[in-house]
Amino acid sequence: MFDARKATRSVTHRLQNAGDGSLKPGSILQNRYSIIKVLGVGGMGSVYQARDLRFPNVTKYVAVKEIINIADPSMREMVAKIFEREANTLASLDHPAIPKIYDYFNQSDRSFLVMEFIDGKDLETYLNEFPGLLSEDVVIGWAIELCDVLSYLHNHKDKDGKPDPIIFRDLKPSNIMLDQHGSIRLIDFGIARAYQAGQKGTMIGTEGYSPPEQYRGEASPAGDIYALGATLHHLLTKQDPRIEPPFTFAERPIRKSNPSVSLELESIIMTALNYNPAERFASAEAMKQALKTLRRRISGSLSRPAGTGRIETAATGAASQARPTEGPALVNLSEVTPLWVFRCEDEIRASPVVSGAFVYVGAYDNNLYAVNAADGKLAWKYATDGGLPAPPVIHQDNLYIGSEDHRLHAVSAKSGRLQWTYYADGPIRAAPRFADGHIFFGADDHYLHVVNATTGRKAWRYQASDVIRCRPVVSGDRVYFGCESGEFYAIDLRAERKWMFRAKRGITSSPLLHNGTLYVCSLDGMIYALDASSGWRLWQFRTNKPILSSPTIDGNLLLVGSADNHLYAIDIRNGREAWRFATNGQVNSSPAVIGGTVYVGSVDHSLYAIDVASGRLRWKFTAKGPITSSPAIANNVVYIGSFDHHLYALTA
Amino acid sequence: MFDFLKKWMGQSRSPGSETLPPLPSSSSDPDATVPLPELGLRASDHDQIWPRPSPTRFTVGLAQHVGQVRTHNEDVLLAFTGELRGLEPMPHIGLFVVADGMGGHLLGERASGIAGRTLARVVLENVLPSLLADPRSDYERPSLTEVMELAIAEANRTVVRLVPEGGTTLTGALIVGDQLILCHVGDTRAYVISNGRMEQLTRDHSLVQRLKEMGQLTDDEAAVHPQRSVLYRAVGQGEGLEADVISRRLSPGSILIICSDGLWSLVPDHIIHQIVRQSPSIQGACESLVRAANEAGGPDNITVVMVQLPG
Repeated sequence: MFDARKATRSVTHRLQNAGDGSLKPGSILQNRYSIIKVLGVGGMGSVYQARDLRFPNVTKYVAVKEIINIADPSMREMVAKIFEREANTLASLDHPAIPKIYDYFNQSDRSFLVMEFIDGKDLETYLNEFPGLLSEDVVIGWAIELCDVLSYLHNHKDKDGKPDPIIFRDLKPSNIMLDQHGSIRLIDFGIARAYQAGQKGTMIGTEGYSPPEQYRGEASPAGDIYALGATLHHLLTKQDPRIEPPFTFAERPIRKSNPSVSLELESIIMTALNYNPAERFASAEAMKQALKTLRRRISGSLSRPAGTGRIETAATGAASQARPTEGPALVNLSEVTPLWVFRCEDEIRASPVVSGAFVYVGAYDNNLYAVNAADGKLAWKYATDGGLPAPPVIHQDNLYIGSEDHRLHAVSAKSGRLQWTYYADGPIRAAPRFADGHIFFGADDHYLHVVNATTGRKAWRYQASDVIRCRPVVSGDRVYFGCESGEFYAIDLRAERKWMFRAKRGITSSPLLHNGTLYVCSLDGMIYALDASSGWRLWQFRTNKPILSSPTIDGNLLLVGSADNHLYAIDIRNGREAWRFATNGQVNSSPAVIGGTVYVGSVDHSLYAIDVASGRLRWKFTAKGPITSSPAIANNVVYIGSFDHHLYALTA
Repeated sequence: MFDFLKKWMGQSRSPGSETLPPLPSSSSDPDATVPLPELGLRASDHDQIWPRPSPTRFTVGLAQHVGQVRTHNEDVLLAFTGELRGLEPMPHIGLFVVADGMGGHLLGERASGIAGRTLARVVLENVLPSLLADPRSDYERPSLTEVMELAIAEANRTVVRLVPEGGTTLTGALIVGDQLILCHVGDTRAYVISNGRMEQLTRDHSLVQRLKEMGQLTDDEAAVHPQRSVLYRAVGQGEGLEADVISRRLSPGSILIICSDGLWSLVPDHIIHQIVRQSPSIQGACESLVRAANEAGGPDNITVVMVQLPG
């Protein structure tokens, strides 16, 4: 992490300079300790390896920790206090993982602490030098030893036998040594302090490993347990928490970077890393017992031939935990029963439209059906001479629908009686749009047609470079639409082109205009966000297959299906994926949202109801044929058509 | 750079060509340090918020001060604007960058300077050619979010290479027409004032912000926390820098503010908002904000750039 406070930086700098020029090899302290080399330079001084000259016949090494002079008197006093506390703390402790203290003295305005020399490597160095990832059983062994020493410190008693817990406060790989016997040793007790419940202290520790409450000055045994969790996470993932965003362990699952780790160990570490101290292990001892139980189970399973049983269990568990939004098969569902079903004579590919008391839907049997929304009974039907692949648009009393018979039909929404028809020069497979008294629609004759809604007469038309299958957007004096060769046009109401954009393949999906931005999806698999006034691309997002589905927006999320079988939720502010939901077939249906739930059909025959915020499945309904039709929602009822010739009404 | 833009436009224009854009009819001055002329606003009108800017132009204000404690300035500020009018007007374009360096010993100012210049260079290189092309036939325009991501990544690489010990915050705002694309790393802030409300657009990449989001610190505790300026994300940190990039439409007349922590950590948001509302001009607002930060002690460099959209 960067520390922007230059004051801190310059202090550290000064200390380091002083430390660098401190004791030269060969210097002798107290006529006894002969300096051999610098082991490390810390924030307050250096640590040296020295030889104890009182043992002339054997080579006995000691570690000498030094505190150098600081000009600032208040700072000097604070540092001296910390140092003295370390000496006193260490002198009162007796545990195999804690280095022994031999001596403490002042010499030429410096303080020195003489300690047991640990011949080994700190875990940070060890980890950095270790090729690949550490194995679970090695780390569990260390963790148990660390819990043991933490437990010893937390249960420390003063000389009168009263509880006097010591909090280590700065547990991290660089403060843990692995000695020549492979045992764990804690070093640097510089900031360890006796714990008085409820008393706030100064925040000292290392960012990345320190628990959230330590930043409020609270140090407790639970804080050491958190730091142990952070240390274990670092050891197993090789992701240094000091360079990751703070408190993001949960967002960086251990098993994602180190799949050999068991679900149980991951769960133990995440328990230690709970934000809330009360939700961590109650004590280091409790954590140690959990680790020991796990170790027994693992060594048991490892002794089995191949030892695959554990991995299988873990893998299954991971799938359901790590990818809750994917795969409907993992979710326990109760199937939904329709309110009613209406049968047509051929496939329903188009989306139904609800208006007033009726649901209108076109089918490939050439008929437009008006069905009573309440009970699914036929009110009327209107026959064209071609298939009806796109939904109608309704304005006031009239309904307008394009047909493969080359005509746009205007019929009475109440009775289905014909008002007028308008001939294009090719089949009409695109949905129309009503605006300013006119119907705007594209056709396979490459034209965008603009027709007077009352008279059915042509107002104007605009030639695109290919077939138009999407529903145009009309806003202000602009009309936006794409065509099958990938061009996307912004024209004004005088049919003059304002700007143009080109996708790599056709644009069949209908564009969406939302707050000055156009969202255009293409058969090239991309979602493009374009500034509506200038055509500038704001962002793009790639799915893996063509997009036929038309997008919708809920809050900051754009929802759209792709032929890669997924429904996507994309953050409209930056084009980044919020979640994706996997179905078992292409999602060419356009999603519809109401009340925090998005409804979308899939070629796998199902209609899915998915929670918009989380991307989790709420329920699904399975028809007998593919669903490419988009759901229409009104009065808490979802209407959806299927290739199985049926229109279904389902409770939302 | 703006001269460069003007020159380029001039050269692009050739007599008899129908496809090339005409010359801009005017240009805004990104180096405006002179206060804008008073626009006849009465003192009692201050709650009506704004002197009306000329309706078709960006209005830019900026101010920078070393503060009361520091001896040198580690903040960097860049502002470019451009416009083109005529039959096929080009959208107004503006690029505003604030970077706040850290590292001491001149490293901070080198880092912020390199980061700001690199960001601006990459953005302008990618955006200007398309900006000056005919919108009716140019469909190869880059994705602006990607341009910003590219630019901040390049700034990070350059700082790592040239100032390995330094780091910097980096907040860049590209405005094309009424679309804002903001990229952000660190704790420099961007705010937008529209419809009488001030909203913070950026999230500080700081330890205390993260603690606040987790409910571990209150606003008051965060404001005095000894580690309040510790960042977990900064340009210069090496591999894997993840910048926040957002696009958003600005409503007519909105004001975008970008400022270093030398301002926002000293002057609370509601006071910033109040000063902006009561200032006779955008430039005057910038100067008043710097004064307010200095009056509050000015422990750090203070940088603020403000732009108001036509409206």
